[in-house]
Amino acid sequence: MAKISLKVNGKTQEVECDPATPLIYVLRNQLDLVGAKLGCGLEQCGACAVMVDGEHTLSCVRAASEFEGAEITTVEGLARDGKPSALQQAFIDEGAAQCGYCTAGLVIAATALLEKNPKPAVAEVREALHEHLCRCGSHLRVLKAIDRVVQGGA
Amino acid sequence: MPDSASLKKTPNLDKWISIASDGRILIHTGKVDIGQRISTALALIAAEELDVDLGRIDIARTETGVDPDEGITSGSNSMEEAGNAVRAATATARRHLLSRAADSLGVDVSTLEISDGLIQSRGTNLSVTYQELAGDQPFGIDVDPEAPVKDPASYSVVGKPTVTRGLTEIVTGQPHFVQDMKMPGMLHARIVRPPHYKARLKALDDNAAKRITDGGCELVRDGSFLAVASADEFAAVKAAERLFESSDWDLGDGLEPQDVYERLVTNDRLSLPVVDGIPQKEVVNPISPPPAEATATLNARYEKPYLMHGSIGPSAAVALAEGNKLTIWSHSQGVYVLRASLSEALGMDIDNLTVIHVPGSGCYGHNGADDAAVDAALIALALPGKPILLKWTREDEHAWEPYASCMAMDLTASIGNNGKVIAWSQDTYSDTYAMRPRPEPGGAGPARLLAMQYREDGVTPLVPKPNMSRHAGLHRNLDPLYSFENKRLVKNLVRDLPLRTSALRTLGAFGNVFAIESFVDELAEEAGVDPVTFRLNHLVDQRAKDVLQAAADKIGWGSEVSEGRGRGIAFAQYKNIQAYAAVAVELEVNDKAEIIMHRVALAGDAGQVVDRAGLIAQYEGGFLQAASWTLYEEVTFDQTGITSRDWETYPILGFDNIPEIETVMIDRPNEPFLGAGEAVSGPTAGAIANAVHMATGLRLRRLPFTPDAIRAAAME
Repeated sequence: MAKISLKVNGKTQEVECDPATPLIYVLRNQLDLVGAKLGCGLEQCGACAVMVDGEHTLSCVRAASEFEGAEITTVEGLARDGKPSALQQAFIDEGAAQCGYCTAGLVIAATALLEKNPKPAVAEVREALHEHLCRCGSHLRVLKAIDRVVQGGA
Repeated sequence: MPDSASLKKTPNLDKWISIASDGRILIHTGKVDIGQRISTALALIAAEELDVDLGRIDIARTETGVDPDEGITSGSNSMEEAGNAVRAATATARRHLLSRAADSLGVDVSTLEISDGLIQSRGTNLSVTYQELAGDQPFGIDVDPEAPVKDPASYSVVGKPTVTRGLTEIVTGQPHFVQDMKMPGMLHARIVRPPHYKARLKALDDNAAKRITDGGCELVRDGSFLAVASADEFAAVKAAERLFESSDWDLGDGLEPQDVYERLVTNDRLSLPVVDGIPQKEVVNPISPPPAEATATLNARYEKPYLMHGSIGPSAAVALAEGNKLTIWSHSQGVYVLRASLSEALGMDIDNLTVIHVPGSGCYGHNGADDAAVDAALIALALPGKPILLKWTREDEHAWEPYASCMAMDLTASIGNNGKVIAWSQDTYSDTYAMRPRPEPGGAGPARLLAMQYREDGVTPLVPKPNMSRHAGLHRNLDPLYSFENKRLVKNLVRDLPLRTSALRTLGAFGNVFAIESFVDELAEEAGVDPVTFRLNHLVDQRAKDVLQAAADKIGWGSEVSEGRGRGIAFAQYKNIQAYAAVAVELEVNDKAEIIMHRVALAGDAGQVVDRAGLIAQYEGGFLQAASWTLYEEVTFDQTGITSRDWETYPILGFDNIPEIETVMIDRPNEPFLGAGEAVSGPTAGAIANAVHMATGLRLRRLPFTPDAIRAAAME
């Protein structure tokens, strides 16, 4: 067991854990941030995505201790003044989820992309989402939601 | 309204609706939201019939003993069962409230108008609210299935755009899923699975076990059922891995390597003729020789592999044993049947068991949800007083969920000189689709539950009986909607196949419609008739024709196709009585032999439209999932067990192959609403197969259409 310090959604918190604990368990169980989902534990599906220093990052394998000193943003940290971000609102308006298990990961992937490149080409959007699986078949809605923000219609 | 099993079982209006003193209205249902937006649709129906703002309607999560028992959320039946029940219940409540308002205000009921739950007498200032009349009080009456419902022409919310229930919580990361549950003193649990179905635990390594328990983990063993639990989730994950590696497993002979397509047609089987979609307990007639007037006779075999549900979130459950009570929170599609099965399996009084539905990841049928609930129950009973959150791993879900059976479809048909099908024969060979938890006479119910096979006195897996219902199981959509003459249809329930199977979205309809719609294209080509025209020539139902024509028009059927591309179309009506769907696909096969989908047109008719966006999402999502099955998916295994153990060994559709999709939904406001979640799956495979044929000249008859399969077909 070790004490590690994590800065998540702007707030620095100390947690005690096995330093090898993958970040997702710390986020979900110790910091009560359940937005990131455990889907495979193998970095294959994208459900666990968070942003680390603005970069799209999978949290299900890499140890929490690796992220000390970094700025971690989870899907819970995207809302402003209690209101969903423009992208989150676009997901809601487009109905871009069915079961919703993969959704937080997709919102993170798209947010990370748009922060770097607010006007990505369609191919760049698809590329940014390529690590993410959705089983309900909401892909097209997700692409439309992102496009809505890209076009400034959100 | 149609005869309602839901209302027969639960006639009491108070079981369906309650009005709180603050004006909020709670609707109870036995159908659970699995991402198909049923709660959104039910809220729309309730708001419409009650004339209240949609925001005041809550939909209760289904709990045994509290909410109506509506069986299993499956078969695209929820709108017809729960939708009609909620409509009748809210219409009954509305009439009752109006009558009470008339009494209370001393006016005639015909003078009353309702606006957001405020009942006013026209031309007066007399008014009373729903909550003043009925807040926190029982209605004390039964639902009247004949209570007058609103005229669709006057609808203000049904069929209008709306926000999906729960979506804001999902998108902002609020707790929503059973996997997100947290309770004081909760332990995280994992199962230590045998290497494969037939392996049994010989011995635990005592030293490894002691290290695990010394480290603060609980260890639960019952025969070959082995689990660990810890307050620290990662500690449980590591303990399960260590325990697996240090345990001594009796591997037996392993799984028998075999060509399942060969076994499908050679193993012992139960064969039943199917007439009007219903299996008959009669002898199967051999295929007749082609009629004398036949101008051509074709035959072909189509095949589909084992497919998995492949939920993105592995199954999970929370269980808590306290005294003689056991409570389970589960994403099961049938909390009542699960409860009954648990009662039978655990020897517990059913009244001491409660199963509460909490959403899980999309399941699309009988995935690991129920088995995870049983696993959690066994662990909780061994560790009383402690809430147990049991999560399956990715590997558990891939290797242990009950799959959709592999299938073979043998078709033979003759065309007459009128260009019409004058003889049609189909034999479908498959394992069962009906292994959901269900109590059985003679105590066979536990044999449907995975964990029960691995306990000390483990039961042997159930040998399934054929499902004799109309368009059920492997013979779903075996009977084509087309007006083919001299139909011979045979259901073959095949024994001794190697993998565990149960219900996956559409059951046998995916394989059957893939075969029918491919073969119809082959026949049209043989007859020299355009495939759309050929289908229209064999359809009688105008709604079916309209749907097929709508998809054809949307894709531009008959117009020139871009170089290198092919177009295909296919059609079915789910179970020949539910939603209609036509799928038209335009695709190319690239130089790597990959199928790239470009444009898709979907057309549907699900009767009266309640939640248009939800309906379209079911068609679109159904298409994309079935396209994934068609292009990529096959469960593989060898002697060591299932070899499809993660997303690399069982790839699915990704964002790199998402076509442009246009969906035409034909609204029939005066027709009953029809379940739609499974309508497009079968036509999707047919349309893709037909488009590949047009693009390449290759007729692919075995799914999936991988580059290897396409290259192999090209070599033939």
